Amino acid sequence: MIGIALSLPAGGYALLSSLRQVTQGASLEPQWSLYLHLETGRMEADALGARLKSDARVSAVRFVSREQALKELQATEGLAEVVAALNRNPLPDAFVVRPQVADATALEALAKELRALPGVAQVQVDAAWAQRLGALAGTARLAIALLAALLASGLVAITFNTIRLQILTQRAEIEISKLIGATDAFIRRPFFYLGALQGLAGGALALAIVWGSLAALNLGVAELAVSYGSSFRLMFLNLGDALTIVLFSAGLGWAGAYLSVSRYLLEIELK
Amino acid sequence: MTCSLSSPAISWRPCLISFSSVFKRYPGGQEGLKGVSFTIEPGQFVFVAGHSGAGKSTLLKLIPAIERPSSGVILVNGQNVGALKRSALPYLRRNLGLVFQDQKLLYDRSAYDNVMLPLSFSELSGREAARRARAALEKVGLLARQKAKPIQLSGGEQQRLAIARAVVNRPSVLIADEPTANLDAESAAAILDIFVAFNQVGVTVLVATHDEALIGRFAKRVLRLAKGGIVE
Repeated sequence: MIGIALSLPAGGYALLSSLRQVTQGASLEPQWSLYLHLETGRMEADALGARLKSDARVSAVRFVSREQALKELQATEGLAEVVAALNRNPLPDAFVVRPQVADATALEALAKELRALPGVAQVQVDAAWAQRLGALAGTARLAIALLAALLASGLVAITFNTIRLQILTQRAEIEISKLIGATDAFIRRPFFYLGALQGLAGGALALAIVWGSLAALNLGVAELAVSYGSSFRLMFLNLGDALTIVLFSAGLGWAGAYLSVSRYLLEIELK
Repeated sequence: MTCSLSSPAISWRPCLISFSSVFKRYPGGQEGLKGVSFTIEPGQFVFVAGHSGAGKSTLLKLIPAIERPSSGVILVNGQNVGALKRSALPYLRRNLGLVFQDQKLLYDRSAYDNVMLPLSFSELSGREAARRARAALEKVGLLARQKAKPIQLSGGEQQRLAIARAVVNRPSVLIADEPTANLDAESAAAILDIFVAFNQVGVTVLVATHDEALIGRFAKRVLRLAKGGIVE
């Protein structure tokens, strides 16, 4: 029960860690493409490039000539034949611009200004998808943290109840031990060990479930990734994260036992 | 030597047990003890006699602080039991051997394990603890039955097992509440003989009983209770 409950946030965390590989590969900074009119000459383009470089709101400017763009398109898998069939180069010259401003209103104003520059046909915000993915990952991380907190409370509650039942089962022994001189610490200790052990076993089982699930998912993911020319795989948690989960769950088990023992052991009074 | 709360002798030779004007009132107003005072010297054998409801069990429960007095002072080995903190009680109880009318044995454990229970929280090594447990079982004649569960023992044997558990920590005082209540006369006498044997080696013994015939067989001090007070 504890293992299954803990496997949900642990699995979610592992998935997010894998997803981070993808989002880190893509730039999350806004990157804009400024496509020029086809009839715009190289001199005009150079002037526009100088104008962009002198703008303090722009951190980087890279010129992509129409010839270079066609070459890159030809290099794209499956498009070589299509490009070869064209009579002329349909691609315009372009600038890849990285704005330096972070404020959404300022970004919007800059984009509007760039669109109005002479020779600019279109401004395309290329990094929007990566930004959205990043935002989505952030939301997912928060959701997993909330889920983990909720299930951690559940783990404490489960241990609390297990230890309560154990105390009731051993009531006679506890009562007799108190009568003949056992200290509270001596009576409590095995319950603390039991709670921590239960949490530890739950954490280890959760890791085993996550490992098994990722291995099963990776069979499909590998096939999909190969079709995209990628070697992407869902990764298992690193050693540090795995140890943290096991120790954290052991700590939660101990906390549940502590609460239960504090609550119920005092109730056993000698008569 | 006098043995009272005001005696200067307390500082150099404390009485083993001393009750001074002890009252015990239960919630609801029922009075268990009414101003009981007495002292017990080390090495004495004392019967606490009286009819059912006279206050014998209450008196015995006050010594290991299973019950606390409503007023008055109880000294055990020089310690004011009524003022002891909860955390100090285990250490008081380890010096007292308690035998109950209902024995309070662990019925899912062997006789040997029952005797080992008080030793599990002592500081003895495992080997020494085992040696002491076997010695205690031998003293009460149960060594041959050390693997038997209490349910497999007769009433008298169960009571002897309870005595073995009470003495295994070598207490200075042995307190028994109606240890012969459910036993036939022969078994009861055998149990009392065991208490006498421990008393002869220096253990102070308090035995509560309503069996006047049994008391008559031993020439020992008697604290006779009636309606919560000492009558003689």
